[in-house]
Amino acid sequence: MIGIEHYVIVSAILFVLGVLGIFLNRKNIIVILMAIELILLAVNINLVAFSAFLGDLVGQVFAMFVLTVAAGEAAIGLAILVIYFRGRGTIAVDDANRMKG
Amino acid sequence: MIQTIAFYMFAVLVIASAVMVITARNPVHSVLWLILAFFNAAGLMVLVGAEFIAMLLVIVYVGAVAVLFLFVVMMLDIDVAELRAGFVRNFPLGIVIALVLLAELVLGIGAYQVGAIELGTPMASDAPAMLESNTGAIGALLYTKYLFLFEAAGLILLVAMIGAIVLTHRPPKTKRGHQDIGKQNRRNPDEATQMKQPTVGKGVEL
Repeated sequence: MIGIEHYVIVSAILFVLGVLGIFLNRKNIIVILMAIELILLAVNINLVAFSAFLGDLVGQVFAMFVLTVAAGEAAIGLAILVIYFRGRGTIAVDDANRMKG
Repeated sequence: MIQTIAFYMFAVLVIASAVMVITARNPVHSVLWLILAFFNAAGLMVLVGAEFIAMLLVIVYVGAVAVLFLFVVMMLDIDVAELRAGFVRNFPLGIVIALVLLAELVLGIGAYQVGAIELGTPMASDAPAMLESNTGAIGALLYTKYLFLFEAAGLILLVAMIGAIVLTHRPPKTKRGHQDIGKQNRRNPDEATQMKQPTVGKGVEL
């Protein structure tokens, strides 16, 4: 029988894979953005699973807001990526030091 | 039985596609694996009866976000080999941090299974949600109790849209071929025309 633990473990593995993706592809900001999408997907699976197993619909409403923020974040992130590429001709981010931060 | 098989199929596929997303050599392949991961996550959500969120996931993620990623990946001229340079060097640190994180999460889930912490009970006003269809129940909740949050979500999308347009919009570079209305309106006939008395055989200095 599939219980909530199964769902929580799947979403935990997905979350860890997202974090690992950020570490592995430190230069490639496109894959970093995709790894962030994976992390948000793991969070959504968690919210929906708990919502379904507890019989409380608020979790699914909240998952919808997470989805909204994820869409906005992808749009803004890719827009910043496009103007970064226009200015420098590359998207390698580990030598991004123009602001001397 | 069929639910168990379906769950394990979706779970294995979503994790395998996530692994391929972060290890694929070509960013275009990463996006395609991401789409597969989203589809399988939607399948996982359908299995617990959250059809609305599952369809939203397919529409928003696959239909909009993944296509946006694909568009940007294909638009930019990317040197794939250069971006892969740190992959092997970053591997040990990444694996260590991922394993620590996974151990923590598994520990947390194990503690949850023991049941030391009381889980919250469903809120009374939202409990009858499972009587009608999933989509109808979410709609009834979203348009009444969470109306302002819903409108705030719309506002976030509006800000994201305007921000993306403002960031990427380029004013036209060429001097020719576009109209400057302010400049047109500032002109008056006195300084717009000049009287010249050219002599024969010489040009006119403008």
